[in-house]
Amino acid sequence: MINVKKWVGILALLVVFIFTGSAFTRPFLSGKAAVMPVYGTSPAEGSLAGGSPGNANGPSYRESDMMHGESGIPGRKPALLHRETGKVPDSVLSKRHFLEVYKVLMSPRCMNCHPSGDAPLQGEDSHIHTMGVQRGLDGRGLYALKCTNCHQPQNTPGLHMPPGNPKWKLPPSYMKMVFQGKTPRQLAAQLLDKTQNGGKNKAQLIDHVTHDMLVASGWNPGEGRALPPLTHKEFARQFKLWLDKGGYLPD
Amino acid sequence: MASITLTVNKKKYTIEADPQMPLLWAIRDIVGLKGTKFGCGMAQCGACTVHLDGEAVRSCVTLVGRAEGQEIVTIEGISDDNSHPLQKAWIEFQVPQCGYCQSGQIMSAAVLLRENPHPTDRDIDEAMMGNLCRCGTYTRIRKAIHRAAEIMNA
Repeated sequence: MINVKKWVGILALLVVFIFTGSAFTRPFLSGKAAVMPVYGTSPAEGSLAGGSPGNANGPSYRESDMMHGESGIPGRKPALLHRETGKVPDSVLSKRHFLEVYKVLMSPRCMNCHPSGDAPLQGEDSHIHTMGVQRGLDGRGLYALKCTNCHQPQNTPGLHMPPGNPKWKLPPSYMKMVFQGKTPRQLAAQLLDKTQNGGKNKAQLIDHVTHDMLVASGWNPGEGRALPPLTHKEFARQFKLWLDKGGYLPD
Repeated sequence: MASITLTVNKKKYTIEADPQMPLLWAIRDIVGLKGTKFGCGMAQCGACTVHLDGEAVRSCVTLVGRAEGQEIVTIEGISDDNSHPLQKAWIEFQVPQCGYCQSGQIMSAAVLLRENPHPTDRDIDEAMMGNLCRCGTYTRIRKAIHRAAEIMNA
């Protein structure tokens, strides 16, 4: 009987050790943080360059991306912060914020100038631009049909008259920045890829969506055109939150 | 109203006009050059096409304030004596029917030939699709542009 109790006790200890051992032993063996969370899908800056898709659940944060920050609460362990943003990553919230951003990017006011083909789109139904307008090498049109031949530096007054902006153009042919037809995951990855986003890092992306006058013109589309589903201010806020929370790719 | 100096066909004109006035009306009603036509008034038809610093802008939506200090060329200024290859080809093929859109057609074609001296049919179609012709002279326009390219490259 004594031997049976002894072996049951040893077995129970083994079971406990097997299921919890790595978490207990890791800090002692590696000298790293007691809890290293696994952050679902987050590309490190530029990590998607070259088109690496990550695994099915997306790449995890590398430990080198993280740093310890002040928890601000006595007795609590230091928080793990993303080294670049200084923010606490949160995959669920980050993805949720991008889905708000996505609604705006796929609205006609944004997508019509980010077509999958080489012709801009028009209207609430995003039909191909009349007159056979083409992108051209620099995104400014071709021959007698260059964008600014009709699109002035400002909106032309009147219902459905040509909208305007001093920077009016499509993305160039060597970097088309296509929105049309992209899933949330594909578009998020493209936005973070410096080879497809004009070489912008996260801070520059946030500045672009917040301050670029061509982006802002989506909220001043001229008479007869619907606004994007969020205000520009809320769009920029959601975009920043997406990146501050880790810039995760939606599933 | 403001005093605005325009350079039209290499000649300077100082006009009194609202800077918000469409360039078309300054050209036609103030400068007095009637070759440029009003069609739709919303940049859809191309009848009002003139060159602004070499680009084929729609003068019905281009504000006169934007044109100040830039070189404007109208159909009257494309040559001094109807000797531009496009004008020669247009006469050779008797392109116009009613003629209303033709000054805009020629101004657009001139930009095409400047940027592409050997245009294909497709190039011509892509360049000229923004210039409408209710008489349907498109096939003659295409032939004449090819002929003008030949004259230019001879």
